[in-house]
Amino acid sequence: MTTLATTQPEKPAGPTAASLAFAWRSLLKIKHVPEQLGDVIGIPILFTLLFTYLFGGAVSGSTHDYLQFLLPGTLALAVVFVTVYSGVTLNRDLTTGAFDRFRSMPIWRPAPIVGALIGDLGRYLLAAGLVVGLGFLMGYRAHGGVLGVLAAVGLVTVFASALSWAWTSLGLVLRTPTAVMNLGFVILFPVTFLSNVFVDPATMPGWLRHLADANPISHLVTATRALMDGTATGSQVLGVVAMTAAIMLVFAPLTVVLYQRRQ
Amino acid sequence: MMTTAPDLAVHARGLVKTFGDLRAVDGVDIDIPVGSIYGVLGPNGAGKTTTIRMLTTLLRPDAGAARVFGHDVVREAALVRRRISLTGQFASVDEDLTTRENLILLGRLHGHAAGNARRRADELLESFDLADASGRLAGQLSGGMRRRLDIAASIIVRPDLLFLDEPTTGLDPRSRGHVWEVVRSIVAAGTTVLLTTQYLDEADQLADRIAVINHGRVIASGTRGELKASTGAGGVRLRLMDPRQRNRAQAVLADVVGAPAQTDGDPAALRAQIPSDDQARSTGLAVDALSRLAAAGIAVSDFSYGQPSLDEVFLALTGNPVELTEATS
Repeated sequence: MTTLATTQPEKPAGPTAASLAFAWRSLLKIKHVPEQLGDVIGIPILFTLLFTYLFGGAVSGSTHDYLQFLLPGTLALAVVFVTVYSGVTLNRDLTTGAFDRFRSMPIWRPAPIVGALIGDLGRYLLAAGLVVGLGFLMGYRAHGGVLGVLAAVGLVTVFASALSWAWTSLGLVLRTPTAVMNLGFVILFPVTFLSNVFVDPATMPGWLRHLADANPISHLVTATRALMDGTATGSQVLGVVAMTAAIMLVFAPLTVVLYQRRQ
Repeated sequence: MMTTAPDLAVHARGLVKTFGDLRAVDGVDIDIPVGSIYGVLGPNGAGKTTTIRMLTTLLRPDAGAARVFGHDVVREAALVRRRISLTGQFASVDEDLTTRENLILLGRLHGHAAGNARRRADELLESFDLADASGRLAGQLSGGMRRRLDIAASIIVRPDLLFLDEPTTGLDPRSRGHVWEVVRSIVAAGTTVLLTTQYLDEADQLADRIAVINHGRVIASGTRGELKASTGAGGVRLRLMDPRQRNRAQAVLADVVGAPAQTDGDPAALRAQIPSDDQARSTGLAVDALSRLAAAGIAVSDFSYGQPSLDEVFLALTGNPVELTEATS
């Protein structure tokens, strides 16, 4: 039996190569277990259809007008919801023998997490594509043109990548994937609804309006709307970029520290 | 500061790991010479896996220290990881990837370029008799195939020290034989192996040295011969023609060998360990026992004499932990 390699690599993969190998692993999982994309596909479609046709008439007088207002919001919302699964997936991975093997290998320690998050970009883009595509089918028109839409999708995806580190931190602290999912949505539901996604905060009572205006999700949605409408200002976009960087700076190191300590 | 002889792959002293109230590993010492197969034998929950997790840098010991090829498993974990490979007790490959993709992924992580990773994967699939299953998801393989994939994944780059945690638990005899063959060929290629097992015959078949572990402690260790000798040079087993004579036969046998004769579920069977290190004297006593039984009018249908099986050693060791201190070398 040949157990000796014909060629031996000189050294293990570096941080970039290892992370990309793990990103490839995430994409393969999507290919082999496509049903795990159910949430990625279901959430955006449900939100867009439900809110447009159910509340559109009541909120804006017509579903068409409401869709123009709502769609950039559901785009941000759908992608933000999908980020929770980064924490769920990591938590599930941690209990497997495969992860023990990875952790006993001479590779950059955070590579499995960084790689998984790179792979998750694919999920975010898929969710974003679904919302935008569905929106166009329902009659949404982007005055910002193709570039505006692409910029909006890009901004939402970058924000989501930073936010997913918050869920990986949670995924390292909580015991089960279900606990990560439940707590994730318990946090996300009030935060996303207390924003300008569904209604203009100007219609809210003063105290609530202040809360909604301060909500990071509102800033993200305002910038996304403006990009898709072609009215975005540099400060709107930069504001979101700064927020994204802040989230990343807190949660990426936290995730790495928690991961190193985890036994 | 602990010093390590250069020819030791593993040198562990006083390893302790506690989970809440449970002392899962309670002061384990292990020395594994380079190039050998070291068997850690013990029942479920004895502390085998926890010991392995400390030696493979996955768990930090609460007390004690261990060196792998001279590198401390806590302070020099990165250096240790360069020399070892771990095949965990449960699926240590990704169930949602195909057999071949698993091997390619690990090949890439080990630093193989894409083409070499694929070549190495195909080479291993061929030699581990997995070529037909290369496109199947690892989660859908049979137990034996899965274990072969687990082990193949551990030798993509030949490790200096391979940890195999219960490599044949739950496998049918044919698959076990296949895994044993694989382990032997890995050692022949120069890898040191630490394997844990619940099966005595597996340790007997494969291991050069064996540590018997129970309740987190090494209760005996040594070569197979040493372990067996620790319960005496030999034992007598016999079956009587007439089970009604067993009480009388038990007394005669105990009197001749100078140790209690034991019974088990078989109403006609008796056995006794001969408490002597001297092989010639021990054999003499066995012969005496046979003639004294004949003289007493007790007919024997089956008689055997020989070294105790590891089974008997294990039962003697774990069943009577108090006597163990003497048996431990």
